[in-house]
Formats: sequence, C-alpha cells, structure tokens
Amino acid sequence: MKPLTDDNVRDLTERARAIRESIIDMLLSAGSGHTAGPLGMADIFALMYFHVLRHKPKDPLWSARDRVILSNGHICPVLYATMAHAGYFPVQELTTLRAFGSRLQGHPHREWLPGIETSSGPLGSGLSQAIGMALAERMDRGRASDTYFYVFMGDGELDAGQVWEAVMLAGKERLANILVIIDRNNIQIDGYTWDVMPLEPLYEKWESFNWQVQEVDGHNFEAMNDAIGKAQSAYGMPSVIIAHTIPGKGVDGFEKDYTWHGKPPNKEEATRALEELRTLGGKIAED
Amino acid sequence: MFTPSLKLNPNLFADTIERVPTRFGFGDGLVLAGKKNTRVVALCADLTASTKMDGFAKAFPERFIQMGIGEQSMASVASGLAAAGKIPFFASYAMFSPGRNWEQIRTTICYNNVNAKVVGAHAGVSVGPDGGTHQAIEDIALMRVIPHMTVVVPCDAHEAHRATLALAEYNGPAYLRLTREPTPLMTTSDTPFAIGKAQIFFEPKRGVKKTIGIIGAGPVLYEALLTAKDLEGEGIGVSVMNLATIKPLDEEAVLSFAKAHKALVTVEEHQIAGGLGSTIAEYLSSVYPMHIVRIGVRDAFGQSGTQKELIAHYGMDKESIKREIRNVK
Repeated sequence: MKPLTDDNVRDLTERARAIRESIIDMLLSAGSGHTAGPLGMADIFALMYFHVLRHKPKDPLWSARDRVILSNGHICPVLYATMAHAGYFPVQELTTLRAFGSRLQGHPHREWLPGIETSSGPLGSGLSQAIGMALAERMDRGRASDTYFYVFMGDGELDAGQVWEAVMLAGKERLANILVIIDRNNIQIDGYTWDVMPLEPLYEKWESFNWQVQEVDGHNFEAMNDAIGKAQSAYGMPSVIIAHTIPGKGVDGFEKDYTWHGKPPNKEEATRALEELRTLGGKIAED
Repeated sequence: MFTPSLKLNPNLFADTIERVPTRFGFGDGLVLAGKKNTRVVALCADLTASTKMDGFAKAFPERFIQMGIGEQSMASVASGLAAAGKIPFFASYAMFSPGRNWEQIRTTICYNNVNAKVVGAHAGVSVGPDGGTHQAIEDIALMRVIPHMTVVVPCDAHEAHRATLALAEYNGPAYLRLTREPTPLMTTSDTPFAIGKAQIFFEPKRGVKKTIGIIGAGPVLYEALLTAKDLEGEGIGVSVMNLATIKPLDEEAVLSFAKAHKALVTVEEHQIAGGLGSTIAEYLSSVYPMHIVRIGVRDAFGQSGTQKELIAHYGMDKESIKREIRNVK
C-alpha cells in the first residue's frame, strides 16, 4: 500500500466532505434512508475508492478488480455517492435514491447497478459471499491471487449468527485476501450496541477465530491506510480492521446519536448540515 | 398402459421391482456433472455421506467445501461461488436447507439471480423414524414462491440422476428435492427428462374411459400408478402424470391433461398447502376451473414411524388415493 502524502490527505479530506454533502442531498430528496452510518463511513469510502482499490470505474466488471462487498446494505448512500464521485455513474443520478425506477435501490441490487458485487440489506450474509468469491478464485488459480475481497460490515450486524459461521470458515480456509472492515460506531436501530447486545471483547473474539485483528481510528486516513497495508500482507489468515467511527460524522447535531441510524434529515436539518459541511463547521467561510 | 416413448421400467408392477433412494441418483449424477464440467463445485453441511455428496467429495476434493453445520452461511458462500462463475450444488437435509436458510436463498441466490443449486435431502415424512423435526413437508412451498427459482422433485433415482445433470447445465437458481428411503425405480436410464416438461406415465387401456387424472411428483407417484392399475381393473379410467418440475409449470401439458379428465387428484409428500396441488389449483382456477382433490399432509407435523406406516397414516398410499377417487362424484 502506497503511503499517503500530505497532498493525498488534503485531497481525501475534500473528497470525503463532498461525499457527505451528496449523502445529505440524497437523503433529503429520498425522504427516507439511513444517515448516521453513511456519514460515519465517508472517510473510509473516500480512502478506498480514491487510493486503495484496484478498479476501473468505466469498466466495472474488469476481471482483475478488487471486490467491494457491502454487507450492511443500509449504508448504501455512502457507497453510491462515492461510486458516483469516482466516475461509475453521473453524480446527478444520486438524487434518484430510493425513487421508483432508480438504479439506486433503497438497498443495493447487483443486477441493477454495475459495480455492485452483491445485493444486500438483510444483515449478516456479505462475508459468506465474499468467501465464496475468494474460494472460486483460489480454485481457478490453484492459489490465492493479489485480488482483495473487501467486506464492509456494521457492528450491530455482528449480532447475526451467520456472521460467525462465516468467520469460522474464513479462518479454516486461511483466506488471506479477505479483508473485513467493521464500522464500529456503537449504534444500531434500538440503541447503543452495549445495551442491545454487547460485543466486547470484540478484538479477542475475532482473534480467537484465527483472524489478524487491528483497531484503528476510522477517520484517520494515514492510520486506516497503514492498517489496510498491514492487513494485505497478513500471512495465511484473513484480516479484520475494527474501524472506530463517529456515527453522523461531520454534522454536529447528528454525531453519536443513535436516533439518526435509520432516518433522513428534513429540509431544515439538511440545510444546516450542508452549511456545516461546506464551511467545515464554521472554520472556513462559505463561497 | 404406459406411454411407450418414455421407456418406463417394464417390471413396474412386479413385487420384485428394484428400489433405490433418489439421493443415490443425485450422488452419481453429481460426480458425472463434475467430470463433464470443472465449474461444478459442491458444498455440504456435515451430512456428506447421507446426502450422497461423498462421491463428489472423493472424486474432486479441491472442488468440495465442508461447511460444518452452517446452512445459512452455506447458501451465501454458494452465492459467492456462483457470482464468480462456479456452478455450486449445496446439500443438507431439506429441513435445514432450504428450511433454515430461506432468507439467504431468497436474497443472496434468487434476488442476486445467480446459478446456485439447493439440494434438500431426506424430504417428506418418509424419512421415518427421525420424527417430525426432520420431516420437511413445507419445502416445495418455500422454494416455489421465490422469483427466479426452479423446483424439481424427481420420482426415482434414475430421474434424480438425469435432473442433476440437467440442473448442472441449466443457468439459474434451482431446488432439487431428494428422499432418504429406497423407493421403486419407475423410470429407466433411457427415460427422457427435461426441466419444465411433464410426462404422462400411464393412461387407461383402450375401452376404459379416462375419468380421473392424477398429477404427482416424487416417489409417492408410485402409489398413484398402483392406484391407476387397480382401478383400471375395476373399469375406472385413471391417468397418471409425473410433474417432476413443479416450477416453472408445464402449463400446456397440465391444461390438456385437465381437459381430458372429469376430475384431477394431486399427490405429493408435502403439505397440501403451497405445494404441487396448490400449483395446479392456482393455475387451473383461472384458466379451466374443475374439481381437484389434493392429497398430502393436511396441516399437520410428521412423527416417527416406518415409511409405509407414515405414507398410509397421512393418506398418500394406494388405498387412500382409491378412497378419494371413489368419493369423486
């Protein structure tokens, strides 16, 4: 993994900010959808699509591409926004989110939008699918290649039993090119994860299933980039990065409040949020 | 009389008819499919020998994935394999797959529209002594209601063999339903098979008027054939159709079969709600309403017993079918 220069970090910061603006625009026009998770993951998605991934936005089915498997499909506004900004489809299409006939379904549909590796929404099945893809690739080559299978999961999603069936299988099969990134934002629909279903000690849970585990600040581009590089070079075992993020990141009123998990901002809230994003919380003057 | 072009077993009505479990036909068929096409892969959830996937696992260990007891993950791993160009067959008992992993089959296989095959073994009450927990009698309903899904229920080991090969060549999600116990070989290795094609196995001999048409699938179809033979002797004309593919329905064949008879009887080792009988009733109610008697389990769970005892208890044996036919006005 190439280290990030200061210019890279400045560029990624600006891209993440633009992605967050798009997310607010999309949710406002859709009138429903999830706010906290997408805003919280904007930094990591910017890093992935503008620095980490081997991909060709104009050729989404390029056979040597890295795979992005979004297991927690409900945060798809951040995926759609990032893909559009990366050139997969026009940015103008983003505001069709959740509308009748739109390719941007409320939860991603593999057959509708090129670049989506798998349909998701019902939680807990993404890692299993990534394992299937990685196994197929290993069968074809007789060994694992340098294609990476990046699986994004929510922390609440880890409540689901199927996740642990898959965690066991990836450990058993020693799939070193599987790389899970957990959005550890501590919220889910009914409340804080420690109230709904405590996950700790999470690091030790994954480690005991024979995974390489790292815990990182998900908003620190350099730290995330280094962690991904370390995960890519893990030998003989899959890797997980527990990325600590702030739900609703970037908009003061949305941050760390679980009630923003599954609702969109109204007009007034969106206007305030956009103003905050455009001025970096009042630190710079709006154009 | 039998339809000559189908080359059915000439000893079909002999007491000495050979009996082989349908799962054996699947096991041999999968090995052959694996030889023909290296894209065929197999997954099993800790039931490799009893689902008869052991032949494939031995012949192609590099293409076999032991999942452990994880049916939900198995369906989704199969989805990932299929998305990457493989043709995965994944097996367990029907009670667990598709019983336990319905949502994974719906979302990750059918909604994704990938080429993965669900193999549900030990379906029906005929699995016997294991009791009601292990007797899947809702699986046809669960599978046929999902868009993109094809549902195949072979009547014997030969047909299971051919169905396996056909499904390996067919591109799309499918469910193959298998049974545990040895059951009569009604067909031969020369009997043709095509997904989506119904076959009339038996029609009354010349001079006996066609009155009742039985449509069935799975090994219990044998009880329908015995019924037709007995009633022919009594002058009641009964025809028997093998509807091995329940979805997509061979509408043309079913409609002309319906028109040729006064009433229809459906027979399946499944709840009468949602299965083969429901499929026929749903279709004909809109195009050709007629009297249909559905034979199967009536909103009840199974229980321990022998295959013979259970088939009789739940009203799917020859005597029960005859009784239902005599009740048709």
